[in-house]
Amino acid sequence: MIAIVNYGMGNLRSVQKAFEHVGAKAVIVDRPEDIDAAERVVLPGVGAFGDAMNNLKTSGLIAPVVRAISEGRPFLGICLGLQLMFAESEEMGQHRGLNILPGTVKRFPGGQRVPQIGWNEVRIQRETSLLDGVPDGSYFYFVHSFFVVSERDEDVVGVTDYGIDYASIAGNDRAFGVQFHPEKSQDAGLKILKNFAEKV
Amino acid sequence: MLARRIIPCLDVKNGRNVRGVKFSADKDAGDPIELAKRYDAEGADELVFYDITASAEKRDIVGKLVRRVSEEVFIPFTVGGGVRTYWDIRTIIEGGAEKASINSAAIHTPEIITQGAESFGSQAIVGSIDAIRRPNPDQIEDVCWEVVINGGRTYTGRDALEWAEELVDRGAGELVLNSIDADGTKDGYDIELNRTVAERVDVPIVASGGAGGPEDMYAVLSEGKASAALAASIFHYNQYSIAEVKTYLAERGVPVRPKIEIDLT
Repeated sequence: MIAIVNYGMGNLRSVQKAFEHVGAKAVIVDRPEDIDAAERVVLPGVGAFGDAMNNLKTSGLIAPVVRAISEGRPFLGICLGLQLMFAESEEMGQHRGLNILPGTVKRFPGGQRVPQIGWNEVRIQRETSLLDGVPDGSYFYFVHSFFVVSERDEDVVGVTDYGIDYASIAGNDRAFGVQFHPEKSQDAGLKILKNFAEKV
Repeated sequence: MLARRIIPCLDVKNGRNVRGVKFSADKDAGDPIELAKRYDAEGADELVFYDITASAEKRDIVGKLVRRVSEEVFIPFTVGGGVRTYWDIRTIIEGGAEKASINSAAIHTPEIITQGAESFGSQAIVGSIDAIRRPNPDQIEDVCWEVVINGGRTYTGRDALEWAEELVDRGAGELVLNSIDADGTKDGYDIELNRTVAERVDVPIVASGGAGGPEDMYAVLSEGKASAALAASIFHYNQYSIAEVKTYLAERGVPVRPKIEIDLT
């Protein structure tokens, strides 16, 4: 069973329906014990980094999420969920993240329209089961104003160009995060969700 | 590089397509889901559902449509048409749409934009402006644009550029500029309107009104500085397919999302 973590940061229904579309059962959960019981954990989210960490903390969800990852259960952060995997963010003051990956979250520099809204290309940096059958250079749907800066090159799985090159897929082992919305990225996104449900 | 977006608009009423469309015999011609799936398969980057239902059950009807779309079509979509209150926006976003598009209601109650952006994020709130060309009273430039509402029937006396800035200041994450002069003419978008607003605000601009063919989309996405081009009838009546438009744009150096085949079995 795939648990989609609900911590009050955006609509999760589309993620659930996209998993169902590729034949995977996913449930929306908000209790620590449901995350502990899950085989796979998905952390979606849109909104502010600080609010997200506060909500996770007050709902007692930080420990079970970190536990799922340290136990090697497959984990997928989506959009803000990717950013939360990192150590800290500079979004409206400094905030501590889940600290699963070393690195920081920064705002896009000037010169581009922010937020980035729309379809952009992901250049695959290394092979992983998450990206099986996803062609290099596939387009995904992005909506974000902040991006992650990974300290370790080996954690960068996919790179996207928006004025600068940044990590649009990051992670290692069985814990990954994607900056785009796979649930809204047509077949390329659905393929990633299917891979996550079946292969990671 | 970020691709420019091609967005078909579907007009719906009471959960049905306003204009009939010819499908193969086994498909329901009036079902917006079938039309949405066709556009998705052709390579649409996003969809806009423009709802003109005028009944007490409007919110329920729209909510049902949004939930059905989000179960079957996995690209972003926006819902507009008579979005007036926080509860209208909430129904649209919680049903699984990316964005709610707000037009006339923002003129009457600008706080709806602020409240929507605070509750759901700027990315979920589209400010939609119907603009009409007017002689410029200040004579600094030749033209200006006035905001009209209620489908173009009511003049507001508001300057469209100033209104665009206010919408963005209040939290709109994207603007749709619908030229009332160009709408329905198929003579091309109002390039000057799009360029002027795009140079004034930082959020993406979606051009609307006047699309007659791929060359019009090319003009508004290059010279007009729009991030996306919206069209209804040229796609609806199969004058051009989305794939044809994208090929035309790609040949001229406009970045578009190519169609790729991925095995989902």
